[in-house]
Amino acid sequence: MTAEQIIFFLTAALILVSALMVVTTRNLVHAALWLIATLFGGAVLFATLDAAFLAVVQVVVYIGAIAIMFIFVVMLTRRDLLAKASQTNAGWPWAALVAIGTLAGLVFLSGQMPNAGAQKAALVGDPLVALSTALVSPDAYVLAFEVASIMLLAALVGAVYIANRK
Amino acid sequence: MEFLTDPIKVIYDWLMSVLSGWGWADWVSALVINLLAIVVFILIVMVLDIILVWVERKVVARFQDRLGPNRVGPFGLFQPFPDIIKLILKEDITPEGADRVPFNLAPILSLASVLFLWAVVPLSSRIYGVDLNVALLYLVAAGSIGTLSIILAGWSSNNKYALMGAYRMVSNMISYEIPMVIALLIPTVIVGSMSLKAITEAQFTNGGVWFVLISPLGALIFLIAAIAELGRSPFDLHEGESEIVSGYHIEYSGMKFGLFYAGELLHAFTFGGFIAVLFFGGWHGPWAEQYPLLGVFYFVIKAMIGYWVIMWVKYTVPRIRIDHMLAFNWKFLTPLAFVLLMVTALTHRILLDAPTWLYVAGMFLSNVVLVWLTVELMRAQARRKRQSLPVIAAVEH
Repeated sequence: MTAEQIIFFLTAALILVSALMVVTTRNLVHAALWLIATLFGGAVLFATLDAAFLAVVQVVVYIGAIAIMFIFVVMLTRRDLLAKASQTNAGWPWAALVAIGTLAGLVFLSGQMPNAGAQKAALVGDPLVALSTALVSPDAYVLAFEVASIMLLAALVGAVYIANRK
Repeated sequence: MEFLTDPIKVIYDWLMSVLSGWGWADWVSALVINLLAIVVFILIVMVLDIILVWVERKVVARFQDRLGPNRVGPFGLFQPFPDIIKLILKEDITPEGADRVPFNLAPILSLASVLFLWAVVPLSSRIYGVDLNVALLYLVAAGSIGTLSIILAGWSSNNKYALMGAYRMVSNMISYEIPMVIALLIPTVIVGSMSLKAITEAQFTNGGVWFVLISPLGALIFLIAAIAELGRSPFDLHEGESEIVSGYHIEYSGMKFGLFYAGELLHAFTFGGFIAVLFFGGWHGPWAEQYPLLGVFYFVIKAMIGYWVIMWVKYTVPRIRIDHMLAFNWKFLTPLAFVLLMVTALTHRILLDAPTWLYVAGMFLSNVVLVWLTVELMRAQARRKRQSLPVIAAVEH
């Protein structure tokens, strides 16, 4: 087993365990903290795949902004509300069935992939430069990039409008 | 002589030959040497942190017209050691209603978020942890771990003052992150890279000059945002002693408080270092390229000057009100930073092929014009506000 595989399995274990803890823990703030552990594991996976930019952005956006917002929102809820309530509802066998089916399908599909088990390709040049040119070049992702920008701008204008209404 | 020109490589080769002599495999000895290097580097930074306690106490004393520590050792130089012994001997209290794991995790994360930063700081031409191509974003990411540690400390203490302090600090850090990121984009736009090594080298190779001459306003915005990110006065609302005692670390005692304190001091010094790297040429100085250890010396001197400026502001300016703090960020600093980024990018593009003196002069002038326009705009707004005031104020005089 190479060092990279050891890191992958450790990270995967971290992600799975903390993701499980997110849904099973009864303390909502703890759930948000476990979610941060899950997201951090995602960042580690990106880093091992030579995607340093995505790894850092994952930490900045998900841990720095979204998770902090989650914690804020959770802190404003009542803590004693969930201590006794049941964590599942009557439909849980169906949900479990669908989840197991999806997992089986995904495992089957990933086995069918032509390059399953292949080594990752060697990098050519600076991946950051390649990513940034792809985002603004017309034959790559410029349309998606601009559409996302406009959507964010619309959300921004909407937020200002709602906050400004007397 | 080779030790003077490339000390890290000499030490590495020597250790490698020693470990190979013991019959260790190459990859094992490389791993051990790298781990050793990380531990030694962190230890050096932490020892520097101990000295910073003395520097901070001595400088604040001079600003307040006192003598400061002067009993233990020459100039009170050994004062931090009794301080640390005192902190270690104090009782380690965990409050009754505290959430134990986050409570203990918070001080560790707080110091770690600062230590993370030292991985990317280029201390010299050949002495640095890692040359990351997203180093500037990494700085922001480490800052968000710091935010997380504060909110953990505030919430898990189960104390309303701690929670209020954490809320204030987090609102402060999240808002001032935006002008800081934009100020970080200015060197990125000029150099075309986010690597701190490339940014340092661009400031003296190919006719480059220190970026403080190219973007003085960017340096100022970064300094203000850094002070806010540090939560130092005038942005120290989170520890407004007269209202919420001492903010998010009110329930911490002994060495756990010590970790927060050490983290804050080291954070201030680290931001001094980042100001030096981004705008004052980093380790650049006479003969620094041939002798890397000299480069480390220049870097520490420049970082100390940056740290001194942060202390100077801290001990001179009074605390501002929270609505003023938010208004200053969202209505003044953020728009100004955005306009500055656009002006910088545009001027940089226009003057790209111009000779160096014209390029530097043009960039500097664009900054001056922007400052002048801002001041004029603010003056006009102030005049409008004065005229709309009721006349009573004028009659009284």
